[in-house]
Amino acid sequence: MADESGVRVSTERRGNATVVKPSGEIDISGSPVLREALRGAAAGGAPVVVVDLAGVSYMDSSGLATLVEAMKNANSRKARLVLCNMAERVRAVFEIAHLDRYFRIASSLEEALGG
Amino acid sequence: MSAGPAHVRVEIRSDPKYLSGVREMVGAVARRLGFDQLASSQVALAVDEALANVICHGYERRLDGSIWVSIWPEEGEPGGIRIVIEDEARQVDCGEIKGRDLEDVRPGGLGVHIIKHAMDDVVYEKRDCCGMRLTMVKRLGGAGAADQGGPDGG
Repeated sequence: MADESGVRVSTERRGNATVVKPSGEIDISGSPVLREALRGAAAGGAPVVVVDLAGVSYMDSSGLATLVEAMKNANSRKARLVLCNMAERVRAVFEIAHLDRYFRIASSLEEALGG
Repeated sequence: MSAGPAHVRVEIRSDPKYLSGVREMVGAVARRLGFDQLASSQVALAVDEALANVICHGYERRLDGSIWVSIWPEEGEPGGIRIVIEDEARQVDCGEIKGRDLEDVRPGGLGVHIIKHAMDDVVYEKRDCCGMRLTMVKRLGGAGAADQGGPDGG
């Protein structure tokens, strides 16, 4: 799915995991697209949700808020949410907000699926 | 104080779709003023967060509000960048503008914290006529207001 923000999100099933792959710049214009995809993944009941951030070149606090919401949702239904393939620039925003300690962050999709 | 007319001044509508363009412009100006790639991206991030706050909280997501972004090179040594963001949105008590406790993990409340981390000086004030004014300074080689234990953006 995509809108005028230019953010696109694809979703695929890998074993018992749902892999959500956003691409583009996640700001207040684009974060609703990601939020909708993550809510869809949660509604599907997947025990593992992996958010592959390889295609995300920018993220602001609205993107962080979207992922915090998804993490809280996963925790409440005893599912696991893992982030992976985070660009340096995106990781820096997580570190500023001290959220790098809150999320499970894998270096690759394979690691995220295996962990 | 900012000396003389802004070197760069743009007016945008309070529509989120224009944030990307402003980020690119601000990042490019910061690089021209001597900041490296990482510092320039932090300046652009701070402006993005500030504009998002104006759009979401000031104009309450109305798309037809006006926002002005003005930029000056920071005079003297070590040099840097001064950015002023003004709007005609709802005025708020400057003491209420602060980020949430980072240990209280929940969606939202991070924008002000990110701004203060990225910039050395962050000052919010009410404009005389209407709306708010945010003045942010980042100096070349600076560490950021949050790291320096600066006051809340108020």
